[in-house]
Amino acid sequence: MDVVNQMQRQFVDYSTSLHREGILDDQFTQLQKLQDENSPDFVVEVASLFFEDCEKLINNMARALEQQGVDFKQVDASVHQLKGSSSSIGAVQVKNVCIAFRSFCEAQNREGCLRCLQQVTHEYSLLKNKLQTLFRLEQQILAAGGSIPVIE
Amino acid sequence: MGLKLKQSYRHSVTVRVNEQMGTKRGYTFIQANRAWLPKFLLLWVMVMAFLSAWIYKNMDDDNKVRRKEVLSSMCDQRARMLQDQFGVSVNHVHALAILVSTFHYYKDPSAIDQETFAEYTARTAFERPLLSGVAYAERVRLSEREKFERQHGWTIKTMKREPSPIRDEYAPVIFSQETVSYIESLDMMSGEEDRENILRARATGKAVLTSPFRLLGSHHLGVVLTFPVYKSKLPPKPTMEERIEATAGFLGGAFDVESLVENLLGQLAGNQAILVNVYDITNSSDHLIMYGHQNQDGDLALFHESKLDFGDPFRKHQMICRYHQEAPTSWTALTTAFLFFVICLLVGYILYGAAIHIVKVEDDFHEMQELMVRAEAADVAKSQFLATVSHEIRTPMNGILGMLALLLDTDLSSTQRDYAQTAQVCGKALITLINEVLDRAKIEAGKLELETVPFNLRSILDDVLSLFSEKSRNKGLELAVFVSDKVPEMVMGDPGRFRQIITNLVGNSVKFTERGHIFVKVHVAENPKPIDDAKAETCLNGGSDEGALISGGRQFNTLSGYEAADEQNSWDSFQHLFNAEALQNDASGKMTVADEASQSVTLMVSVEDTGIGIPLIAQERVFTPFMQADSSTSRNYGGTGIGLSITKCLVELMGGHISFISRPQVGSTFLFITTFGRCKKASLSDTKKSNAEDLPSSFRGLKAIVVDGKPVRAVVTRYHLKRLGMLVEVANNVKIAASACGKNSSSCGSKIQPDIVLVEKDSWLSGEDDSSSLQRLDWKQNGHMFKLPKMILLATNITNAELEKAKAAGFADTTIMKPLRASMIAACLQQVLGTGKKRQLGKGMLNGSSVLGSLLCGKKILVVDDNIVNRRVAAGALKKFGAAVECAESGKAALKLLRLPHSFDACFMDIQMPEMDGFEATRRIRMMESQTNEQMNGGTDKGSGRKDEWHLPILAMTADVIHATSDECLKCGMDGYVSKPFEEENLYQAVAKFFETKPISDS
Repeated sequence: MDVVNQMQRQFVDYSTSLHREGILDDQFTQLQKLQDENSPDFVVEVASLFFEDCEKLINNMARALEQQGVDFKQVDASVHQLKGSSSSIGAVQVKNVCIAFRSFCEAQNREGCLRCLQQVTHEYSLLKNKLQTLFRLEQQILAAGGSIPVIE
Repeated sequence: MGLKLKQSYRHSVTVRVNEQMGTKRGYTFIQANRAWLPKFLLLWVMVMAFLSAWIYKNMDDDNKVRRKEVLSSMCDQRARMLQDQFGVSVNHVHALAILVSTFHYYKDPSAIDQETFAEYTARTAFERPLLSGVAYAERVRLSEREKFERQHGWTIKTMKREPSPIRDEYAPVIFSQETVSYIESLDMMSGEEDRENILRARATGKAVLTSPFRLLGSHHLGVVLTFPVYKSKLPPKPTMEERIEATAGFLGGAFDVESLVENLLGQLAGNQAILVNVYDITNSSDHLIMYGHQNQDGDLALFHESKLDFGDPFRKHQMICRYHQEAPTSWTALTTAFLFFVICLLVGYILYGAAIHIVKVEDDFHEMQELMVRAEAADVAKSQFLATVSHEIRTPMNGILGMLALLLDTDLSSTQRDYAQTAQVCGKALITLINEVLDRAKIEAGKLELETVPFNLRSILDDVLSLFSEKSRNKGLELAVFVSDKVPEMVMGDPGRFRQIITNLVGNSVKFTERGHIFVKVHVAENPKPIDDAKAETCLNGGSDEGALISGGRQFNTLSGYEAADEQNSWDSFQHLFNAEALQNDASGKMTVADEASQSVTLMVSVEDTGIGIPLIAQERVFTPFMQADSSTSRNYGGTGIGLSITKCLVELMGGHISFISRPQVGSTFLFITTFGRCKKASLSDTKKSNAEDLPSSFRGLKAIVVDGKPVRAVVTRYHLKRLGMLVEVANNVKIAASACGKNSSSCGSKIQPDIVLVEKDSWLSGEDDSSSLQRLDWKQNGHMFKLPKMILLATNITNAELEKAKAAGFADTTIMKPLRASMIAACLQQVLGTGKKRQLGKGMLNGSSVLGSLLCGKKILVVDDNIVNRRVAAGALKKFGAAVECAESGKAALKLLRLPHSFDACFMDIQMPEMDGFEATRRIRMMESQTNEQMNGGTDKGSGRKDEWHLPILAMTADVIHATSDECLKCGMDGYVSKPFEEENLYQAVAKFFETKPISDS
């Protein structure tokens, strides 16, 4: 039981640190609230959808930005998608970079876009790591027979 | 975002166009050629200088011509006179010659000797003033010389007074005038000139002249005139030889030309001015001077030649005249030209100055224009900035508020809850303020557009009232609304903006009123009656003045009894208006028909309060944004003072105008008049479903007695009851009510047997002491025979003690808290009468997701979003509330799923999607629906009780909730919008509209 408690505390600490560092916002908490016995893997499912979506979009943007005549409209559409996804999942850092990214797209600033792309990739991988850690913790708690603590 | 960008772009374009127009319009000819102005001036001066020179030259030439003419005429005159005089003298000499030939040769012996000749010539000398003397020389041939010398007794001498040498012929002078007696016996042939003369004279038979030479004796220049004298008569046409042969002698005279001309000129005017020369020009290369000085002075440039004919064809003479002096400079010409030049110079300078001035003024004008454009641009930029900033603030504020709402849902300690609630209230206030600023900015930028949709004015007023009911109740204020019967049920206009106006005004009033009442009235402003009429009528209704005095002071006939600022709105005129309308409604149905025929209705809305009023000094800037009465106002009452300016803008946008009457410490009455369109019956039935108030009809025909000492308040109560279809009587106090009731019941049965009695708390309290038990008895008595009327207490605020007392006094049934609203009264009555079996879903249930769950449970909902993550989250959220969710990833897919008939209850639609965005998809869905609806209506007209029409509620999902977006949502047929990501309250509010009524009506 101690182990479970410890893990639960660790889980709470970890997720509050994610919030504190500004990587996630309350939207993520909302998602966690949506998860119940009817849809036990809701957060993980959404997160993996998000990761897939993200990787696809980042690849799209990278490809578009490499080309000679950059189609900023296409990039902008991708960024918009990414912004929507990230705000839905509560990935606030990714979302903020997206906002800057869009303004560079509007200004048709290739340099800025490339910089933002780098940032987005960075934030994304960071988020992915953190979330995967979080999910692993979750799995461990569940495996140990504990319940996931609700974070208010 | 894109929309906004477009707008700002359009704006900057207009500004630029304006600028271009400005510059283009401003350029005049002068402005365009400003660099040329000094050159123009110079050119002008040069042209004028040239012109004046030309004028001078012209005038000078004129002068010269005149001078020349004068000279020539003078010269000709002199020449003619000289010629004439000369001719006269020649004639005389001719006459002498004939005399000699007659008396010397034809007479024998000669009748003339020297003495006779001398005497005769001396006596006729006046005839020949020009001749210094005449003499006659006889022709003597060499052969006759000795005889001649002997006969006369002297030898022939030459001119040099020497005895003449031997020649062929001689011509010694035999007769001479005394003046020239010194030439007697001189041979004229010996002088070169004379000899030639003699020879020429006898050959031609005419007078001949010598060339000028110095005369003997006088040393004047002169010429000698010679005439031949023949001794026998000549044949008619004699030859030269015959003439020579016939010649007997020669008569000669010396012309003293110099003195001749001198005399002549002396007689003529202008002698001094001109210089006369006479020349013999027989030898054309060598002109011999006869008169005048050889060395010529005077004006050499101008001279005139006149021909002289002295009768000798061999000799030619001419006269040359000159002016003594050079032509004087013509001062008139000079001054004229100079003055002309000066005037032109001045004119040129004036024009130049004017042009410079024009250029300067135009430059200033352009500068001003540019400044104006910049100022306007700055103003627009300010508004845009405001709009943008407000919008940018709203987005995070929505987040804050949403999170606060979520926070309040969690388990909080009471302190935490208090903090969170305070934060939420503040946040909401901030959002309101931002919305106001945004509105204001929008109005200024001219972007606010008004809707024209049918709406129910009364229900909107009720809504507004309910908004403020809490506040007014806390403050103990009477809050009431009254709408005249003549105001149509439905009017065309912008309900949102109308509500905003009323909310602003009432909110203001509530804020500044601590006691008394706030009264909203709506009348048709068609024929406002003069107040005097109303005053006169007060006496007739004077009976109601009972109890006009309450302890402490005067009671006014207003809603709450406090004095109002605008006396027109007191009971006097109000009652009058009310009566008049009632009369009109009763008397003439035609009138209303006529009214409904007109397209629009002008409404007069007044909001009256008994607050602190507006200080007189501040009254004129009440409608200026961010201006409150004084700085202490905002300290005491809060607020920014933007509300009234927005209200004014809105009223003016609606084509109305707003005014107010305010007395400090008494209250203010805001009054606005605006025009709404009348609703056509046809369109009314369409929209009634969504917009009309749903007042239950179960109270129709019920009778009620309102017991209220204050007539205005009673009328308001009556108005609300009437809207429920009830028959209403008003009684001043409980006693009257009871007696009326009793009397009626005893005399003529149940004519006015009330079902309900509504008693105002004030009236009850004032009448309580003496008659409470009595009245109870009365009621009881009635109760034996008839159904007991329900007793309802009306109160603004009531303490628990009072409530207990009231219950004890018989008001067990219920207490209605003011402000009154028709729907609220209906609910209470339902409760009291037991007719209302199902409670409406009140506000009280609006907490927790259980409500949302109940709303959404079992509903089939379609989520359309291209973003898979968003889709999943939305689906998850909706599923949580029990809804069955299906997803579509594009507008097209959604269209496919929604092909009629379908089983979806609602659709959540993302707006920004590739290919087909949410607006377009919605438009198509609506098109599909309307087509199907038409077919249905056409085919199965009376399709019994099935679902009457297809109308799927479509809600937009959008990340940024701006007004513009929401407007667009509604425009393309959407029913509402929810912000993304979902927030419970927001979702509830949006969804409630569609699912709230349905379960009730379906069940």
